[in-house]
This record gives sequence, structure tokens and C-alpha cells, in this order.
Amino acid sequence: MEAILIILALAVVVWVVSAPLRNPESTDLAPAGDRASLEVAKEAKYREIRDAEIDWRTGKLSDEDYREQDRRLRAEAVEILRELDRLAS
Amino acid sequence: MPVFGRACLIIALALTVYGIGAAVYGARAGNRGYTESARRAMYATAGLVTVAFAVLEVAFLRSDFSFVTVATHSSTTTPFFYKAAAAWSSQEGSLLLWAFLLCMWSSVVLTITRGRLRDVTPYATAVLLGFAAFFIGLLVFSTSPFDTVAGGAPAEGTGLNPLLRHPSMMTHPIALYSGYTLAAVPFAFAIGALIARRVDAEWIAATRRFALASWLALGIGLLLGARWSYVELGWGGYWAWDPVENAALLPWLTATALIHSVQIQEKRGMLKVWNVSLTLATGTLAIVGTFLVRSGVLDSIHAFVEQGNTIAWAFTGLIAICAAGSIGLVVSRRAMLASEHRIESLLSREAFFLGNNLVFIAMTFVVFWGTFFPLISEALTGTKHALGPPWFGKYIVPLSILLAVLSGIGPLLSWRRATAVNARRNFLVPVGIALAALAVSLGLGAGRRPAAELMFVACGFLLGCVGQEFWRGTRARRAMSGERLPVALISMVRRNRRRYGGYLVHAGIALLFAGLAASSAFQHIVTPTLTVGQSASVGGYNIHYDRATANISTRAGSLEKINLGGDLTVRKDGKLVTRLHTERGYYPTDDSSLGMISRYFEGEQTSEVGLKAGTRQDVWTVITPDTDPLRPVISKGDKVFAAARNLPPSMGAALLGTAIRGIVDRYQHHPPPAQFRFIVSPLVTWIWLGAIVILFGGLTALWPPPGGATRRVRAGYLSRVARESTAPTAPTAPTAS
Repeated sequence: MEAILIILALAVVVWVVSAPLRNPESTDLAPAGDRASLEVAKEAKYREIRDAEIDWRTGKLSDEDYREQDRRLRAEAVEILRELDRLAS
Repeated sequence: MPVFGRACLIIALALTVYGIGAAVYGARAGNRGYTESARRAMYATAGLVTVAFAVLEVAFLRSDFSFVTVATHSSTTTPFFYKAAAAWSSQEGSLLLWAFLLCMWSSVVLTITRGRLRDVTPYATAVLLGFAAFFIGLLVFSTSPFDTVAGGAPAEGTGLNPLLRHPSMMTHPIALYSGYTLAAVPFAFAIGALIARRVDAEWIAATRRFALASWLALGIGLLLGARWSYVELGWGGYWAWDPVENAALLPWLTATALIHSVQIQEKRGMLKVWNVSLTLATGTLAIVGTFLVRSGVLDSIHAFVEQGNTIAWAFTGLIAICAAGSIGLVVSRRAMLASEHRIESLLSREAFFLGNNLVFIAMTFVVFWGTFFPLISEALTGTKHALGPPWFGKYIVPLSILLAVLSGIGPLLSWRRATAVNARRNFLVPVGIALAALAVSLGLGAGRRPAAELMFVACGFLLGCVGQEFWRGTRARRAMSGERLPVALISMVRRNRRRYGGYLVHAGIALLFAGLAASSAFQHIVTPTLTVGQSASVGGYNIHYDRATANISTRAGSLEKINLGGDLTVRKDGKLVTRLHTERGYYPTDDSSLGMISRYFEGEQTSEVGLKAGTRQDVWTVITPDTDPLRPVISKGDKVFAAARNLPPSMGAALLGTAIRGIVDRYQHHPPPAQFRFIVSPLVTWIWLGAIVILFGGLTALWPPPGGATRRVRAGYLSRVARESTAPTAPTAPTAS
């Protein structure tokens, strides 16, 4: 009984693990572009914009400081979007 | 089934070795087929280890004493609940649990990151499989859970160590091991990012939740361990700076630092070396923690392993590889780990987060030095010298006070630069609350302990900061949405779970620190020896020894333990406060060198604490009965049973039962004086309440934000930023309402 279970486990493991090697469609590792890291940077920038707004609304930033920070953060976000557009084109 | 269990582990070990090779080859050759195959090798390893773990669990639940580990760590009299937990009370079972949890978390992260981080993930997969190979290798070659008893299964097992028969045993090891194994995930991705030279924030974003989950699980494990120590170990404390306790505290401290500093990299592209170093340190310290628990190299009240076992050398090798490899990689990639920005102002959130990080690292260094000092002193002088709680307290107490203050200041400042005017306005309320805490604590007499007094003030300040943040955030949300106050509070937290979850954790830390300060600085302890009818005073309470108790606990028709205890009445100013019962349990031993009666009094002993817990004070009692007056009777019984060893088993068992019952009755009716330990500690409950708040805050921060809300926010900012990219005019600040 135990021998049958061991053979069965071995067969399942070999079949599962070797499947990608038997499939010729998936043998090329796509080069990792900068897109993924730009997407992460974009999300982080949006979060930063939102945090600055919360900081302003909870009194940690004056109107003037908030305007300055918000302008700068949005300009940085625009740069990231342009980079993403450039990669897409 | 032991052969099948062992075979599963051998196949799993082969798979991990294959997976490491496939992952590295796939990454180097740019062949996705191999990297995908390596990922599946991890899934298959997880499946096989799960089956092996299930085989062991079934053996414990069925009391299959043909397994050596079941025979030596369980018995038919072990309650069902503890039979399931007994699997990880053994060396081999706990290593199997480690491997099981590691494979599970690894499979989860590899599923989440599928199709992402394609150049980092293969190396991370190889590292995770490397850890799995190490632990499965130990189980295959060094300490197998599937060894069988030579010459057939015994009729009865040794039983679970009585000290481990506590509900925490079911969850405490799982929580700690989850914390350790979850820490391996960010560690592996950090190594992958360094090897692949992709050190941006993407790997951090992918594994941040695992770091947070590791921190949370370690915290839960530490809390459960402290609670177990308080109610089970019979010394009345919750933390002893024991090596095994410190083992879990070390990665928790670095993980806490990481959770804070990682925000600075995400927002400002700064502290890349710092963050990757903290990630690698946390992962390495998690292995150090496992090493301390399982190797027995340091004496510990929590270590339930044989001293000087052989796996210590294997762990030392793994730790050396982790540490040397981490340092080598960070040094070789230092150029690309340069910060994108600098700290603009010391009056900014990132500057205070960095300060808080430095405090955490100082604490880590203190705990590390104090924990390993016995080994260091032995290496230098040939004698082990341990550093006790006063040494730790000398450094940890001031650092904790500083930490509480910094934890309050940081969130009240904005990122990049805060103005002095805004800062002054934001600190008015918290400073006022701190002053109120000062006045109240001075009024209660806390002034005679300056460190505790300072801690109360710092905790008041921290609670004031958190309270103000919640109030202002809720008010702003109500002004924007028109929602009612409670609804505005909930929707504010839902939309900013990471921020407000973190604030809740800070509030919990304040409660916990206040509890620690009060209970350690203002504790009253007496250890009187009382006969029935006598009383003792402690901390303003009068505790009266009403009567002695003695009884026998049986399970599955066998004697489980003998309980000798006492009933107590607690009064304050003549008024009844509570009645408590405390007892000591004597578990039988199978040591054949002892007499038949002695075996029931010379085995493992546990204490059942009599505890009256309250929000202001805990009254904690424990008894240590004096069994010396029973010795002559026990010795006489031993001789009688030695002479009557040829009695039929059923008759022998009946006579033995009668003899033990007689001794127990004798104790109850003619009780000798008993030694007690009475402790009155203020605010201990605050520690547990604080821990619950921390847990709730941690879960809030960990929980994913609602998908709809995230999409709405993202869409809003996208259109807003897009508008900016076409309209050159400067944006105007929204109108404050």
C-alpha cells in the first residue's frame, strides 16, 4: 500500500514539475522592462499625493506648503506617466 | 505509514535541489520554462511536506506509538487537544512544522508574484527552496519524525511535557514559526533583487505585506508566550529576558524598524541600503531565533530540547551563509543602492522615522548582546555568565521611553518638511495630555520611580498624538463627505488602513508600555510559609489560607496527576475582594529506578495560578506544597509494593489506587505548612489590552484596501495628473472645510 502511494506521489510530482518544460510555448523568459518599476513608482506617487492631502486636511501642512508640495508631487507623477507613455509607444 | 511519510520528505528534498538548479539556470539562461518549473517544484514540495505533516498528525491523534516521536511526546492520557499540538513539542515535529509553514508562505508569494518581478522571482524561488532544502534535509538526515520503535510499539507513551499543556501551546508555536517563516519571504526577494540588480521599490511593494504579517505573527507569538509564562510557569512574571523570548524579539524589533523605514523608500526613494539590510537582518535573525529555540545552546525555561544536539552546527552554517551572503551582496551593490533624495529637513516625518529606526537598532543590539553574552563570555573566559533583567532594563527602559516619544512626534509631522508654526499647533493637545498624565501619576505616587514616571508621561503624549490624529482625520472626512461622525471614522480608516492601522498599533504600544512600567516598578511580592488559618499581607491586600485541597485527576481510566493546593480569601480594608484557588499538579514518571508510589510525586510538576485580574491591579497567587511530611508514608508504600511485585496486575492497580488515595486524603486532612508566592502588580491587564489593540491595528494595516475605493482613488489622481500634464497653470489647494 505504502509503495503504491510513494509511486503515485512521485508520478504526480514529476508530471506537475515537468509540465512547463514539455510546453514549448513558454520557454522564453520575457525581459523584465522598466514598466513594472514605473507602475510601482506611479502608485507610490499617487499615495504620496493622497497622504499630502490628508496631512493638509489634518493641519500638518499650511495651505502654502501644501500647494508647493502638491505641485511638486504632481509634476513628478506627470514625469512618471510620460515615461510610461514613452515605453508604451 | 512512516515509510510513506519519510518517502514524501526524501522526494521533497530532491525536488528542492532540482528547483534551486532550475530557478538559477532559468534566470541565467532567460528560459521561462525552467523558472516556471522551479515555481512548480515549490508547490509540489509544499504538497509533499503537507502530506508528511498530516501523516505525523494522524499518528499523534491515533496514539500510534510505533512512531518514536509519538511514543516520547504523547500518551493515551494526553487530552485530544494537546495530542494535536504535541507534534511540534518534539524537535523533529517542530522542524517539520517550520518546513510546512515555509513552503505554504513561499507558495503563496510565488502565486501572488506570478508574471511580475520576472528577473527577481527566480532567484527568490531558489532562496526559498534553499531554506526548504535545509529544513527538509535535517528531517531526512538528522532528526526524522518517522523513526519507528525497534521491537514493536509500546502500550503507552511518555506523555506531553505537562508545562506545555496550556491552550497557548496550540497557537504560540504556530504564530512564532509563522513569523520566522514569513520573514524568509522578504529576505528571499531582497536577495533576488540584489542579484538581479533591480533594487527599486517593486520587490518591496510585492513583499511588504509579508514583512508586516511576519511582524504581526511574531508579536502574537511573543504575547502568547508572555501570557503562558504569567499563568503557567509559577514565577509570576511575563518576561524574563530569556534567550528563547529574546530570539523572537530580535527579528520583531528589526521588522518593526523595517515597516517604518520602508515607507521612506516607497515615498522618497531613500534608505535603500538601510531597508535591504533590515530585510536581510530580519530574515537572518529569524533563523537565529529558530536556532536558539531548537539547538539548546543557551539555557532557557522555554527550550524543551536535549542540550548539545547535533543540529546546532548545521544552523550555525546556515546563519553564517545568510549573514556573509547578505553583507557581500549589499556591499557589491552599494552603488545602485544610493538614495535618490536626501532628507530635506530634520523637522520632517522621515527624519523622525529614521530616529525611531535608530532606537530599534540600538534595542536590537542590546538584546543581541545580552542574549549571546553567555556564549561570548564562555568563549573568552571559559565560564558562562548570563546577563539578567536589571542589565537589560538599564538600556531598554530609556530606549523605550525615547521610542514612545518619537512614535508620537513622527506622525504629527508632514513628509519632506514641516513648519515650526504647524508643529507647535499640532503638539499642543498631546503635550497637554502628557502633562495631565504627569499630574495624575504624580498624584498616585509614581514619582518615586522616575523611569516609570517618564514612561507614563511619554505614553500619555503618544496616546494624545494618536487620539488627535483620529479626531482630526474624522473631522476632515466628515467635512468632505457630510457623513455622521462614527461613519466618517470608519470610512476614514477603511480608505487609509495602513496609516490608521499604524496609529492603532501606536496606541496599543502606549497601553503596553504603561502596563510594563507600572507592573515592573510598583510590584509587591511576598513568599510566606503559611499553615491553614494564617494570613499574609501584600500590596494593601490581606490573603488568608482557608483550607488545603487534594485530589486526583484521571483520564482514559488512568491517573493523570495528583493535585495539592489551597483555597485563599483575598480582602482589602476588611472587605472581601475575591476567593482564589491555587494548586500544584504532580504528574507520574515512568522512571523505573523510583518506587511505585514515589513515581507519582517525583515526576514533572506544574503550577495552577490563582489569579484575580483587574484593570487596576492583579492579585496573583501560587502554592508550593511541602511534601516532605508525606515522605515516610511514600517510602513505606514503595517498600510494600516492591515486596508485592508478583501481585496480579488488576489487584496491584487497585491497591496502588487505594494507597495514593490514602496519601492524598492524609495531605488534605493534616496539611503541612505550604509556601506561597503572592504578587500584587498594577496595570498588568493593560499589557494584554495593549497587545489586543496592536493586533487589531496590525490586522487593519495588513488588510487589503477595498478594490473599488482604490480604483476610484487611482482614477481620480490619474485624471487629475493628466489634466496637469496638459494645463501648465499651478494647481490650487482644495478649500479647507
